Amino acid sequence: MHELSIAMGIVKIAEDETAKVEEKTIVKIELEIGELAGVEIDALNFVWNSAVKDSVLENAEKEITIIKGIAICADCNTEFYLENIYDSCPKCNSNFKGIIQGKELRVKSLEVI
Amino acid sequence: MCGTCGCGSETNGPVISKPGEQSHNHSHEHTHDGVHFHSHEHSEHTHTHDHDHTHQHKVLEIEQDILQNNAVMAARNRGYFDAKNIFALNLVSSPGSGKTSILEKTLADLSSTIPFYVIEGDQQTLNDANRIDALKIPVIQINTGKGCHLESDMVYDAVKKLELKNNSVLMIENVGNLVCPSMFDLGESKRVVIISVTEGEDKPIKYPDMFHTSDICIINKVDLLPYINVNVKKLKDYALQVNPNLQFFEVSATTGEGMEKWYSWLQTNIK
Repeated sequence: MHELSIAMGIVKIAEDETAKVEEKTIVKIELEIGELAGVEIDALNFVWNSAVKDSVLENAEKEITIIKGIAICADCNTEFYLENIYDSCPKCNSNFKGIIQGKELRVKSLEVI
Repeated sequence: MCGTCGCGSETNGPVISKPGEQSHNHSHEHTHDGVHFHSHEHSEHTHTHDHDHTHQHKVLEIEQDILQNNAVMAARNRGYFDAKNIFALNLVSSPGSGKTSILEKTLADLSSTIPFYVIEGDQQTLNDANRIDALKIPVIQINTGKGCHLESDMVYDAVKKLELKNNSVLMIENVGNLVCPSMFDLGESKRVVIISVTEGEDKPIKYPDMFHTSDICIINKVDLLPYINVNVKKLKDYALQVNPNLQFFEVSATTGEGMEKWYSWLQTNIK
C-alpha cells in the first residue's frame, strides 16, 4: 500500500508550495498520473481522506489526469501505446524500448484562495 | 497520519536499531509537523454565493514530481556512497524467496576479503539483523511498522548509524514485498531482484514493476527444481520480456550451487 506514501508526498508538496506564497487553503489540486507509474487510483482515493486530514488539502477537490503509456521501439523506431510495462513492439516484437510517456507522478497545479 | 508507517502516532513509526542495543523509537523527518490550518471554518458559504471573488483564486503551476523528496534523499545517499567508494545493493523480493539466506551465505564466504555492511528492512522483529550479527558483520535493522517498503530517508539514518568505512559493500535488504519497494530509489548502485523457483515462472509479468527497475535477477532454490514443475528458461523469458537488460544468476543458497558466479560478479563490480 505505497499509495499512502504517495498521498503523503502530495500533502508535503501542497504544504510547502502554499507556505511559499503564504496561502492557507487549496480548493483544487490537479494531479497527473501515468498508467505505468505503479499507482492504483482506487487505492489512492481510498487513503486520500485520512492523508489530507488537517492539511491545506483537507477541503480540496482532487482532479486526476491519467496519462497513457507510450514507448518507442529501440529496434524499429515504432511508437506504440503500452498497456503493460512488458508489452513488446507490435511491429517487430522486440522487448527493447524506451518509455516516453506514462511514468508520470506529478502535482500539476494548486488552486488557492 | 504518517506516510511511512500509516499510523497516527510517533510511537509506531520506523524504528532503527542495532542488535544488542536497546531499541529506541527514531523519528525521521516527517511531514506532519503539527501545523494546522483552520481556515476552512467559513468554507461552507464562501463558495456558494455568486459574488465576483475570482481575483481571490490563484492557480499555482507546480509541475512537481510527487516522489521528489525520496529522489532527493536517494541522490544524497548515492553521492555519499560514491564519495566513499561504497558499492550499495538493494535486495528486493517477495517474502520467503531467500534474501537473507543468500546474504548469509555471501557474507560467510566473502567477508574475509570484502568489508560488508548490512541494513535489514522488515515490518517487525530484529530476527534478520540477529542472523547477520551472528556472522560478526555490522548491521542495522529498520522496522517499518506498518510500512511496506524502505524509503531513502530511512536508509540515510541507518547509514549514519552504521559508520561505513571507505571501499566497502553495503547490502540493503528491503522489506519482503514485490510491489511497493520498486517505486522507491534508495540511492543504491544496483538493484537485485531475487525470485525462488517455487514462486512460479510467471512472477515477472505478474509483478512487472520490480523486474523492470532491477539490474540483476537472482533465481534462488534451484536445488528444488527436480521436485517442481517450473521451467527456468520460461521464467527468464518472462523476465526478459519485462526488462531485456536483466542479468541472471541461478543459485541455491542452501547447497551453494551457482554462488561462485554471483561472487565473481560482485568482486568485479567493486572498484
